[in-house]
Amino acid sequence: MSEKSPDAFETGGETSANETAYWSQNIRLLWTLMSIWFVVSFGAGILFRDFLDQFAIGGYPLGFWFAQQGAIYFFILLIVFYSVRMKQIERQYDLDD
Amino acid sequence: MATQTLIYLFVGLSFALYIGIAIASRAGSTSEFYVAGGGVNPVVNGMATAADWMSAASFISMAGIIAFSGYDGSVYLMGWTGGYVMLALLLAPYLRKFGQFTVPDFIGTRYYSKAARVVAVICLIFISFTYIAGQMRGVGIVFSRFLDVPINLGVIIGMAIVFVYAVLGGMKGVTYTQVAQYCVLIFAYMVPAFFISFLITGNPVPQLGLGSTVNDGSGLYVLQKLDLVLQDMGFAAYTSGEKSMIDVFCITAALMVGTAGLPHVIVRFFTVPKASDARKSAGWALVFIALLYTTAPAVGAFARLNFIDSVNNVEYSQVPEWFKNWESNDLIAWRDKNGDGRMQLGKGDAFQGAPLFSENRGTNGERLVSNETAENNPNEVYVDRDIMVLANPEIANLPGWVIALVAAGGLAAALSTAAGLLLVISSSISHDLLKSTFRPQITEKGELRAARLAATAAIVVAGYLGIYPPGWVAQVVAFAFGLAAASLFPAIFMGIFSKRMNREGAIAGMVTGLSFTFLYIGWFKLWSPESNVEANWLFGISPEGIGVIGMLLNFAVAIVVARFTSAPPKEIGWLVDKIRVPRA
Repeated sequence: MSEKSPDAFETGGETSANETAYWSQNIRLLWTLMSIWFVVSFGAGILFRDFLDQFAIGGYPLGFWFAQQGAIYFFILLIVFYSVRMKQIERQYDLDD
Repeated sequence: MATQTLIYLFVGLSFALYIGIAIASRAGSTSEFYVAGGGVNPVVNGMATAADWMSAASFISMAGIIAFSGYDGSVYLMGWTGGYVMLALLLAPYLRKFGQFTVPDFIGTRYYSKAARVVAVICLIFISFTYIAGQMRGVGIVFSRFLDVPINLGVIIGMAIVFVYAVLGGMKGVTYTQVAQYCVLIFAYMVPAFFISFLITGNPVPQLGLGSTVNDGSGLYVLQKLDLVLQDMGFAAYTSGEKSMIDVFCITAALMVGTAGLPHVIVRFFTVPKASDARKSAGWALVFIALLYTTAPAVGAFARLNFIDSVNNVEYSQVPEWFKNWESNDLIAWRDKNGDGRMQLGKGDAFQGAPLFSENRGTNGERLVSNETAENNPNEVYVDRDIMVLANPEIANLPGWVIALVAAGGLAAALSTAAGLLLVISSSISHDLLKSTFRPQITEKGELRAARLAATAAIVVAGYLGIYPPGWVAQVVAFAFGLAAASLFPAIFMGIFSKRMNREGAIAGMVTGLSFTFLYIGWFKLWSPESNVEANWLFGISPEGIGVIGMLLNFAVAIVVARFTSAPPKEIGWLVDKIRVPRA
């Protein structure tokens, strides 16, 4: 039942130190950004909503605003930031495409 | 020009546009058919992804659901957008670097197993058909309400249009049609939203309008007024919601992870030139999606306010025209329980089930329904939530061309999603089942023909499901997201982030996640719907949110099984190294 991997991947070898360093920096960035992702949606919009609702943005209770507007804006910012930052990291390790 | 003529004109023009684009971008090779040759600009792909993603449910149903559930509707807003963060950060760039045609391609290669590939194909086909049946139904409903065509004929016209551009053009044709469809649908959604926001708050931007004061001199904010009005009528406050916190949490998570695992969304990121473009493209997709998703809660709140204002305690003879229009389309009904000739809104069902209209009219001229009485409550009005977006322009008295626009927009949303789904179904059959598993000697020409044949067959099945919708279609949208979350997402994620994950672990995980989620949803939605109450749920999690538990089970089983079976061959380690770095 085993399947051959595509030709492009046949050549290989040990993971280089440069690639390992690049990957661990990527993982650190992912942890940070995914934590923010969790905090703005599940945190502010759901778990701590009742607490945040005592504050307001205009006519929006704050927790409600996160749940129906704010989380989405933060999501966009997270992707934009990751996209820009990863390009820098890739250039730094000379691994960009 | 009469509204009806305008509707025919707008819908006809939009269809001509889609077919014109399809003919101009006909696919000549399997690579063009599956992934548009891999050369789509990331912004263009973002727009196509947005149209692919936003279905009849996003365009027609979502604002209505929010209107009637208030805060609880947030699960859809966060759930259906948060998944793009996971896609952009955790999946899309790596899958693009992997550089094949389909999701089962990745799973089959990464787990060096035809069995894994076939399990992935089964998940994919089940998810996609569940989803597509709803789209064809949406096409039929828009046709019957706005074009006076019977629902079934509407479904057939929709099938014919999708046939032309999906079968001829493949991914290449679908991509550029979806760009046009995005423009149509977003314009159609925003125009009435601007008008209504301006009418109610004086601020034309709906995202700001929802946080502003109502234009009625009371000085109250929109949400404050909604809370007050609803609590007066015996409902929970709009901003507080009724679902338990754990259920809101799990549904949101299941929708997010499910979004990231939906094959027709993932495959869109195979069409851009580079891994870094896949990230960029996911960002653009979310910008285009957010435009509609941040508008929807405003549309929902305004619609609820408008609806209460123009219906509650109003004499039936004084009710606006749109009320009677939708009543004659079977989507609104009124039973004068207290015999005062006025319509009272309130908590609870006006009567049991969807209205069964009799031929007779009541003393006020309303259509009579023969449903059983529901538990004792003062609510007299039945309203189908789906009408909120479609009826909005009429409720706000907007000109005929806006109504025509909304009809064309609803069709664009349903058709674009249907086409994307048809493509992943056909490529999983021609590429994964034939070329990669059962008929490896097939020529490229033969594979392309098989892909077109499979797309045709899938359209016929989808049309059949649209015309004879099995009772379960509306019940099981939870299936598509729950199964994607519990089966495909963990297998892809671990394939990228864990070099130790092997064939045995991945297959065991997918099968566990899939069966658990399938049985849980099946039990509460299909086989024993009467037991579908919170007291019976596992940890108080509804079938809509159970995909998260399925996902956790998948991860747990996969990790344990992989620990006790042999590590993957070293070529797989090289493959993972390759997909982790963007440089070719």
